[in-house]
Amino acid sequence: MHIAVCVKQILDPEISPRAFKIDRERKVADAGGASMVIGPFDLNALEVAIQLKERHGGQVTVLTLGTDKAKDALRRALAMGADAAVLIDESQFAANEPSVTARILAAAIRKLGGVDLVLTGRQSGEWDFGQVGALLAEELKMPFVPFVPRLDAQGAGLRLEREADGGIVVVEAPRPCVASITNATDNVPRLPKVKDIMMANRKPITTYGAADLGLGPDESGEAANRLEVLDLFIPEVKSECEFIEGENGAEKGANLARKLVERKVI
Amino acid sequence: MNIVVIGWGGDGQTPSAAVRELLGGARRLADQSGGQVIAGALGAAASAAQGMVQCGADRVLTVDHPALREADADAYVAAAKAVCDRAGEALVLVPGDRLGWEVAPRLAHRLGAGLVTDCVAVDYEAGRFVMTKPVYGGKAMARLAAKTAVQVALVRARAMEAPAPEAGRSGSVEEVAVQVAAGPVRVIERKREESSGRVRLEDAPVVVSGGRGLGGPEPFAQLEEIAQLLGGAVGASLAAVDAGWISPAHQVGQTGKSVAPDLYIAVGISGASQHVAGMSGSKTIVAINKDPEAPIFRVAHIGVVGDYKDVLPSFLAELRRIKGA
Repeated sequence: MHIAVCVKQILDPEISPRAFKIDRERKVADAGGASMVIGPFDLNALEVAIQLKERHGGQVTVLTLGTDKAKDALRRALAMGADAAVLIDESQFAANEPSVTARILAAAIRKLGGVDLVLTGRQSGEWDFGQVGALLAEELKMPFVPFVPRLDAQGAGLRLEREADGGIVVVEAPRPCVASITNATDNVPRLPKVKDIMMANRKPITTYGAADLGLGPDESGEAANRLEVLDLFIPEVKSECEFIEGENGAEKGANLARKLVERKVI
Repeated sequence: MNIVVIGWGGDGQTPSAAVRELLGGARRLADQSGGQVIAGALGAAASAAQGMVQCGADRVLTVDHPALREADADAYVAAAKAVCDRAGEALVLVPGDRLGWEVAPRLAHRLGAGLVTDCVAVDYEAGRFVMTKPVYGGKAMARLAAKTAVQVALVRARAMEAPAPEAGRSGSVEEVAVQVAAGPVRVIERKREESSGRVRLEDAPVVVSGGRGLGGPEPFAQLEEIAQLLGGAVGASLAAVDAGWISPAHQVGQTGKSVAPDLYIAVGISGASQHVAGMSGSKTIVAINKDPEAPIFRVAHIGVVGDYKDVLPSFLAELRRIKGA
């Protein structure tokens, strides 16, 4: 089975709110000294793909749309166990929103050819549009299964668990298909060993540009973007917290209940 | 501009809470931008068509089909598309539940529409719709506009206000014949979510959540007692779920459930942005934490600095006295 995993390199989401800065002019987060990492759900997707390969054999190709710096993310994925990596050179496109990103990724997956399963994280962990998986399915005309914590091959298709409103649903889907992966206890991303990291440095990274993918500016340039960011700001948190008084915890506890009555909350 | 509300779920003649909220928001936006509210009543929601009129719809288009009763996303995408095709240029509001996250991008793709997901606000400003969503785990907010003729907003629960139904309100109801077919993804089994049975976390008017500060699974029994007394549900932070103290079904946060109850009580939760992103819309937030510097106090309205072990027993006792329980 050939599994393609789409990942995005993002600003470390663990960065503390104090260290988090944005560039209001350019309407992007200011990376500053913060580290760049693979999105948390994308890591879950990689783990799912590698486990599937370990069970049934096959090949995992990791793709990212990014700058040269995103090679770090690809190396990380290779160290985890991906077999091949593709960097799509972001500078040749203007992918400012998910519909363009998905179109570019879909073109890359078509160019790879023979892909049986496409995985993405459920959302990037950054702008969190959470659209790319579904849009890839539309672009590639493949079935789509979202919010998948675990999956396995079954005959010529796949058996997937998915989170739905009200519970977990087990589904069967034909291959090829697209699934967006959510976190679960059994897809916690593995930590690559030093040996694997060294090996990964020797694996080649393929680069695709606009010409390789046959995409023109109408499809993937500025004009193709359907959304406009008007403003990006850090919401002012006016702390309006009223602290409950009391000699000790027990007194504060009782006073809290009375305060809720006083404020007509209960 | 016309505002389309995509409606599903609900039981009988009353639209679901999510749909009533969207109708409230749609009415406001239609009045401001000079258009009609067109509601799509899909699947079981078709029987709530009159209820949708009473909540502000001018025109209700019903689509029913067995595949819609099975929550088949492919069928919902086709049905929603049929409704949107009849509305022309419009802003389309979709409920931000799991089905919505699945349907909205595919619907937007077929409509050639720009889509903003996880909207906490949609406003009409200077002749266009402005959609606000949290980004970077809630550390920042983005305001976006779509450049397309048809625009789609996936709206978070409780972001809009449900109106009181008006019994005498008039509006048209018409059935739309659509070619709807079940998709290639076949349901094998549905595992109902384990829950304490009373009320769904997302719908609960009161949520009592515990985090890493609880130190183990046992204290959740106390949270459960408080929740029961207040008619609410128990939530948890990612840390508590990761520690295995409570099932992931209870997780509140960016990667768990988004809740916006009237009262949210955070016990032993530090207030990582990840968690806050899932509960910051709560009307009243109470935080109980040992650490006076915990970030949770920045979003809390009422704070108790103290050890939950000392605070909770007397809080519970006083609650019982107040409730006469």
